[in-house]
Amino acid sequence: MAVVELRNISKSFNGHHVLQDVNLDVEEGTTVVILGKSGVGKSVLLKVIIRLITPDHGTVHIDGQDIGRLKTRGLQSLRRGMGYLFQGAALYDSMSVRENLAFSLQRFEQLEAEELEYRIAAQLRLVGLLDAIDKMPSDLSGGMRKRVGLARALITNPRIMLYDEPTTGLDPITAREISTLIKSMQERYRPTSIAVTHDMLCARIIADKAAILNGGELARQGTLESLQKTEDEIAQSFFASA
Amino acid sequence: MRQNVVAEGQTMRAESRHGPSHGGRFVEFLAGTLEQAGSLAMFSAKFLLRVPVPPYELGEVRRHLDELGSRSLPLAGITGFIVGLILAMQTRPTLFRFGADSFLPAMVAISFVRELGPVITALIVAGRVSSGIGAELGSMRVTEQIDAIEVTGIDPFKFLVATRVLACIILQPLLTAIVNAVGLFGSYVAVAIESSMSWRLYWDSVVHSLTFADLIPGLAKTTIFGFIIGIVGCHQGYNARGGTEGVGRASTSAVVLSSMLIIFADMVLVKITVLLWPS
Repeated sequence: MAVVELRNISKSFNGHHVLQDVNLDVEEGTTVVILGKSGVGKSVLLKVIIRLITPDHGTVHIDGQDIGRLKTRGLQSLRRGMGYLFQGAALYDSMSVRENLAFSLQRFEQLEAEELEYRIAAQLRLVGLLDAIDKMPSDLSGGMRKRVGLARALITNPRIMLYDEPTTGLDPITAREISTLIKSMQERYRPTSIAVTHDMLCARIIADKAAILNGGELARQGTLESLQKTEDEIAQSFFASA
Repeated sequence: MRQNVVAEGQTMRAESRHGPSHGGRFVEFLAGTLEQAGSLAMFSAKFLLRVPVPPYELGEVRRHLDELGSRSLPLAGITGFIVGLILAMQTRPTLFRFGADSFLPAMVAISFVRELGPVITALIVAGRVSSGIGAELGSMRVTEQIDAIEVTGIDPFKFLVATRVLACIILQPLLTAIVNAVGLFGSYVAVAIESSMSWRLYWDSVVHSLTFADLIPGLAKTTIFGFIIGIVGCHQGYNARGGTEGVGRASTSAVVLSSMLIIFADMVLVKITVLLWPS
């Protein structure tokens, strides 16, 4: 059964159609990568899934619930089961790394201080940044920020993970490290995941399935191997760039 | 004649190339102002509806009180002291000419408590705090930190906006009381330099000249000024768009708009005070 179902999603901004009739099913525990050039609406699609943006038409069902019909409390409760890695990591810059990770954890899980500290340290150890626990976000490099963002998103063990351009702005070595880290986190926690990227290397490392967003539509969907075999021009240009 | 028509045509074409005419710009300005006013009213209504609903985030309110208070107190205190000093220095010669210089403490006290203290403090805090809130929330908006709070299932409006506005509402009367006291001390310094009036005599004159009708409206309106400072700063920052330029715009417009609204609100509140306490 699909955990995330998108049906006929359309969204336009100032008359410009960004998404048109997008349909997508994401099965439990799988990772779907949405490929597309910059500015085609990949991030908008992710934000529609978590209802940071409301679509003009269409529905998003998560675990069978139409999220467009949820009231504030219901939506907040649903979001607590989801994680989101932002393109720029979006770390709270007035808080230390420890406080960033503790932020949602201490609100929703009534943990003792010791247990909270243990969970934070364990999560930071997984992303290789235990030493940075007391640093402020402004003291971290781009790659470190992404790692902390990933640790923060996964600390509540979300059932659904959304990744917005996880490797953008990173050098190729760090980008590969982040992609490998995401893959290992996927294997460890098995969340249902959707990642948007234009980085083919990242897609190759983390994707179970892939789709190509072009002209506001999801032009092709399938495994990376099946997409590679199509004669679609956009698909071919992506594979050629990898 | 023909040359004139051609020149006029060229001017009109040049105008249309350079954007709308004065009339068009005025209509745009009016529409923008009304839109802004509507948006601010909705934002304020949202605050009033959300504040009574838990969670209350009291820890955040305490943190903002500490941060905003320590940020504003030195500047507001120094300004209050100087204004008190100047007020006494400026008015003493005139009062002396009419043999009324013994009324100086009463005049300074009433001026400060009813009007100068609340307004000066509010304008200083608007410049210091409202712009800071606008820049902070604006920066959080453009770097997706507000979205990051929202996707964790926490209400960013309650966490970021309600806590800051509440802190401003609580802070403003406290700061004003301190500025009033410091301003009165400043005026005593001016009096003491030019006369032999003792601190005790000065303070007795101040205390005897003030009534509840002076104190209550003066402090009550500071809570409204606090609300204006907080809500305008939060509104401008929370709705910031367009990268670092948008953050700068949010910060500047927060100061301008909150200062204007404070002066406008003061005008209305003075009228209400006069109606309620005619003496």
